[in-house]
Amino acid sequence: MKNVLILGATSDIAQAIAKKYAAEGWSLTLAALEPGLLGPIASDLEIRGDATVQTLEFDALDFSSHRKFYESIETKPDAAICVFGYMGDQDKARTDFDEVARTIGVNFTGAVSILNIVAEDFEKRGSGAIAGVSSVAGDRGRQSNYTYGSAKAGFTAYLSGLRNRLAKSGVHVMTVKPGFVRTKMTESLELPAALTAEPVQVADVVFQGLEKKRNTVYTLWMWRWVMLVIRHIPEFIFKKMKL
Amino acid sequence: MRKMSDWGNYPVIDAEVFGFETPEELKTRLGSLDKVIAYGNGRSYGDASLQENMLLTRRFNKLLSFDETTGELCCQAGVMLSEILEVFVPRGWFLPVTPGTKLITVGGAIAADVHGKNHHKEGAFGQHIISMDVMRNDGSIVTCSPLENADFFNLTVGGMGLAGVILHATFRLHPIETAYIREETIRAANLAEIMDCFEASDDWTYSVAWIDCLAKGDAMGRSIMMRGEHARAAELVQHFRKGAPLNLKPGLKLGVPVTFPNFALNKLTMNAFNFAYYNKCRPGTHTRVCDYNSFFYPLDAIANWNRIYGTRGFTQYQFVIPKAAGREGMGTILSRITESGLGSFLAVLKLFGEQQSFMSFPMAGYTLALDFPISLKALELFKELDAMVADFGGRLYLAKDSRMDAEMFSKTYPNADEFKQAITMLNEGAPKFESLQSKRIGITE
Ligand SMILES: Cc1cc2nc3c(=O)[nH]c(=O)nc-3n(C[C@H](O)[C@H](O)[C@H](O)COP(=O)(O)OP(=O)(O)OC[C@H]3O[C@@H](n4cnc5c(N)ncnc54)[C@H](O)[C@@H]3O)c2cc1C
Ligand SMILES: NC(=O)c1ccc[n+]([C@@H]2O[C@H](COP(=O)([O-])OP(=O)(O)OC[C@H]3O[C@@H](n4cnc5c(N)ncnc54)[C@H](OP(=O)(O)O)[C@@H]3O)[C@@H](O)[C@H]2O)c1
Repeated sequence: MKNVLILGATSDIAQAIAKKYAAEGWSLTLAALEPGLLGPIASDLEIRGDATVQTLEFDALDFSSHRKFYESIETKPDAAICVFGYMGDQDKARTDFDEVARTIGVNFTGAVSILNIVAEDFEKRGSGAIAGVSSVAGDRGRQSNYTYGSAKAGFTAYLSGLRNRLAKSGVHVMTVKPGFVRTKMTESLELPAALTAEPVQVADVVFQGLEKKRNTVYTLWMWRWVMLVIRHIPEFIFKKMKL
Repeated sequence: MRKMSDWGNYPVIDAEVFGFETPEELKTRLGSLDKVIAYGNGRSYGDASLQENMLLTRRFNKLLSFDETTGELCCQAGVMLSEILEVFVPRGWFLPVTPGTKLITVGGAIAADVHGKNHHKEGAFGQHIISMDVMRNDGSIVTCSPLENADFFNLTVGGMGLAGVILHATFRLHPIETAYIREETIRAANLAEIMDCFEASDDWTYSVAWIDCLAKGDAMGRSIMMRGEHARAAELVQHFRKGAPLNLKPGLKLGVPVTFPNFALNKLTMNAFNFAYYNKCRPGTHTRVCDYNSFFYPLDAIANWNRIYGTRGFTQYQFVIPKAAGREGMGTILSRITESGLGSFLAVLKLFGEQQSFMSFPMAGYTLALDFPISLKALELFKELDAMVADFGGRLYLAKDSRMDAEMFSKTYPNADEFKQAITMLNEGAPKFESLQSKRIGITE
């Protein structure tokens, strides 16, 4: 039975991914900041599909704990999916550097720290698949969320470099770029229905994408074209836009 | 702030919304609000789950335990009926009661005490609750059942979210041999024929009729009765079904991608639709074996079908009148609807069995449900219909309502006053549970 490690397993997208993998017959290792929240998630997965679930505590910001964390995992995973993230408050980030440090720490540094360790193991074993959930927000900095956006841009660049490095050792790396997704991160926001995915749609794309060894996937698909347009707006116009 | 509405897109309001994943999180949230209402999946038609502060329950959606021998399931209230079916039909279990859409939450099913095509046999959803936990406005949790804290139980089942937030519920699923229904379809030429047909179908587990509300004169009430039983394994003939009697292939999902312009659904298109539907069914009785989705949830196959009604929105007028008043009453009301020409393309007739709940909608008698695009004329017509329904001793379904007035409510729900007093007492201290509907019909003010 194959095993998937899901980092940030209490996130809504992660929960949908866990259901998808359980339904496909994988065993699961769920890691999250609040292990207490994982109890009902695990019982739910076990009832839905007789899944085998292990739960662990994991703090993306506690970089020095990451190696120990990975070593403590009994069944080493065949796939690792890095889902945790922190949107942060852009207005606060202007003046409060702790907010900036946290946003970059969770979305970039923490992700790099743990994926380096996973990559080392996968490279040694000569197999494995890694998916990192980045964001379309990293495709171009916008005034409404450029701290988060720049951290995700860094994560996207990291994933692309990692893919390049690991290609020869049979380890696949996939970048996931969601547009809007209806989750607790965006629960209180008005989002355009046609451009907003449900977590289960993201989960399907992640599973299929890894199976087919895709490099970069967008959810929903039209975001690829939306971002293509946004990236190509000339800077002298872009800088005057309210985005 | 988000734009929120229930299924009829009437009304649409701006609201602050709050999700929660643990009872503790919900308790903290309640402490910071002065009024609030729970919102499940927004499949009620009007304003029953709308309010300037809304508690979204969909993320509180874990299955907590299941007993493979008895079929007893315990889950959080944000679990959808569709998820329960997905998980348990392949293992040989089905919902004890299901409404005409599976896209509702367990909390919504209890709060509205929803009914299905088997009401005459199994009663409404609340009747199957073994026990549940409900959070009151002060954050305390009450465990209740028909035996334990029974008064509070009765205020919660059919109580439209006004007594508290349902957290967990335990109920029993029913065993099935296959995922299929043996369905019999019978064409009835008019109202008298279809009522005879209902009365002769009492032994069937499921029964319902689609009624053509635009047919006039002798043909008034012409309809198609659909009755069904869970198919036994031995009744499946096709090989692919026999091999995997409990498994269905994923169906094709259609969708309505955009909201239609308001003129799209006019009388002409509705006439054409009703006529085509009736004539598709040849005279006499027909039997087929169909999967449970096409029997129970034909409309769920078209995502967002509510958008065809345009931005002005729509409502469903659903009433019940006692069986004794049935023949005369239904004729009178139906002919008024027919005459108005405002009728709808979805009209459903059903004969309920006995039910003596404190606040629930069903009573032994005939219920009719019709969709109407919102218009001034329709709203005026409803006033007239209200008077007729009240005269015949009937009432309207709160889960479908967006416009009834306080007088109609207190006149037609026998326990309205007692319910109002109890809710006022429970709501003491902040926050109070209130919806736009509860305010409009005078339960909370
Ligand atoms: C196509 C269609 C067909 C339908 N067919 C039927 C039918 O055959 N029979 C029938 O009975 N109904 C039917 N309905 C109505 C529907 O079943 C009910 O309105 C149901 O209550 C909707 O549940 P929901 O989860 O969407 O809740 P919502 O619509 O969001 O809320 C409904 C009510 O439940 C309350 N509520 C929701 N969750 C909780 C909770 N956790 N705790 C406390 N209160 C809560 C809300 O406050 C509100 O008062 C149909 C609706 C549609 C759209
Ligand atoms: N929703 C969208 O529209 C959208 C769009 C593009 C990309 N994304 C990305 O998708 C991913 C999943 O987000 P989501 O939408 O599912 O939102 P979410 O439910 O809020 O998930 C974020 C998760 O990250 C976890 N987390 C935060 N800080 C952490 C830390 N220090 N250590 C470990 N975990 C931590 C959170 O745990 P706690 O809840 O315990 O704090 C939470 O489970 C994120 O990377 C997000 O950036 C989302």
